[in-house]
Amino acid sequence: MSLKVINPGLSTSIQDLGRPGYFHLGIPMGGAMDRFALRVANMLVGNPEGAAGLEAVFMGPTLTFEKDVLVAVTGADLPPKVDGVVQDGWTAFEVKAGQTLSFDFLKSGARAYIAISGGIDTPPALGSRSTYPIGALGGFEGRNIQAGDVIPLGETDMIEPELSVPAKLRRLPGKPAELRVLPGLYWHRLTPAAQEGFFADDWAVALEADRMGYRFKGGKPLEFVAREQPFGAGADPSNIVDGCYSYGSIQVPGGLEPIVLHRDAVSGGGYFTLGAIISADMDLIGQLQPHTPVKFRKVDMAEALAARATRKKMLAEVRAHLG
Amino acid sequence: MKTRYTYGGDEHIYVEMDDEMSLDAFFKSLSMSNAVRDAKIKGVTEICPANASFQVRFDPDVISPDEMMKKVKELEHRAEDAEKRLRTRIIEIPVYYQDPWTHETLMRFRERHQDPSGTDLDYAARINGFDSVEAFIEAHHSQPWFVSMVGFVAGLPFLYQLVEREKQLQVPKYLRPRTDTPKLTVGYGGCFSCIYSVRGAGGYQMFGVTPMPIFDPELKQSYLNDFMVFFKPGDIVKWKPIDRGEYDRILAEVEADTYLPRIAEVDFDLDAFNADMPGTNAKLMEALNVA
Repeated sequence: MSLKVINPGLSTSIQDLGRPGYFHLGIPMGGAMDRFALRVANMLVGNPEGAAGLEAVFMGPTLTFEKDVLVAVTGADLPPKVDGVVQDGWTAFEVKAGQTLSFDFLKSGARAYIAISGGIDTPPALGSRSTYPIGALGGFEGRNIQAGDVIPLGETDMIEPELSVPAKLRRLPGKPAELRVLPGLYWHRLTPAAQEGFFADDWAVALEADRMGYRFKGGKPLEFVAREQPFGAGADPSNIVDGCYSYGSIQVPGGLEPIVLHRDAVSGGGYFTLGAIISADMDLIGQLQPHTPVKFRKVDMAEALAARATRKKMLAEVRAHLG
Repeated sequence: MKTRYTYGGDEHIYVEMDDEMSLDAFFKSLSMSNAVRDAKIKGVTEICPANASFQVRFDPDVISPDEMMKKVKELEHRAEDAEKRLRTRIIEIPVYYQDPWTHETLMRFRERHQDPSGTDLDYAARINGFDSVEAFIEAHHSQPWFVSMVGFVAGLPFLYQLVEREKQLQVPKYLRPRTDTPKLTVGYGGCFSCIYSVRGAGGYQMFGVTPMPIFDPELKQSYLNDFMVFFKPGDIVKWKPIDRGEYDRILAEVEADTYLPRIAEVDFDLDAFNADMPGTNAKLMEALNVA
């Protein structure tokens, strides 16, 4: 059982929920940038939530299938089409053997998740099928999909294509998108004015925004507390002795453009970080297009945990709805 | 040294043993991260040691951040009491300094460099007070190095030279990072050397290349067939300068999957090292001669 890639889209990769456990070797967890969307897509077609699907950035792929399958597309509003007929997002639909699944233009969001009944069945690497191209790990031969690839699918019993997730249980960023930040890590390196300015300024997603990190521009340069740089750190005030990076941590090389590290993060380096995006808002970043206006909002740990509980509750509601 | 504890979002605890680099800070960080691992705290998902710091990733649905922080802090005394000794290995890594591939790359990104008029090695030699590039290269390979961190990307080692602080080589990173670095480039930034395990972006100065793969997702190399990443923190490295002829010879062996690096088991004792650096280093390097 397999699917065939007729056109890969812009940047389409196989992703599941990732491979935690190897960050100490510089191998990031990877996996869907919008984990909620992937989980829901899988639930809609009767797969385990962590089954591997496709993450399509800005543009959808064109695919054909060897046998009849159920498909669901979640995350970005990237309308799927079966032999040219538009289907609903966040809803399971059938694609028969020989029919073509393609996509209309992107309406909102940045990454669509395509789950196929049975799930993608490429060989796992370090416990995951997620694509990590830098290390040539996972995915289809360690890379994004290309035209002509024949990708294995798992066998499964078809369920009825009746399922849909109502709008209130879907999640896309607002405008401006609000990203909540817990200050910490090397926050003390910034002057009080810079600490305040970071949250007060209007930012926008820069063009350099991918699975490794999202860059932001438009705010004022950040000023550092004056100090003699510690031995081994490097001369720039934004440098530290190379340390680990947290997922979601915000580094600002030279104090200029903040970069939020995402699922394919580098595991460490020599730039100070001012804190991290809270876990509840990481999925949202994956849905931000370049030029999207963004506000960073300061929260404390209690708010971060409450937001995390809210996300968990929403996932539970989806499970109950699709139960 | 003053330990600093902080959160990285709601899923990470970050512990900085010291804001400056030293072997004391590295040993304390390694001991403490080992103590956290040994404590098998429920909810911990990743433990990442670094040069002078480490990070614990945890699931706040299993253990609250406060409770996690408390448990990590309780382990600090164990790191303080730990012996600063390691049973480890010394590995000889062949380096072709001033190779054509890093040369081509550094010329391509010259406008991002502090000194566009020369090479990375010309610049590094000059700002470290050496009369010639050759003398600088000798300082880079004559004394061994300690792998103080593995990370950035897949299996990349950061290395810290086993010499007095006055003798440490220091260079800044590129003004703006390059978008390309040849695979297996031997690089330098701050007081750290590194080997770029894979081709990609990078900001470290480029000195040469090694023909010896250190990351092999296909597990083809005989010395990489149990795990895809070669280095771990605590490994000791001795660079061996090689010429083009030897580079090509080793590369042919690598391609035939028959290359075997020179490796010897050694003990490293930080107190003994601090008491007698040249003597300790000589002994480490002698171990390679009989390997």
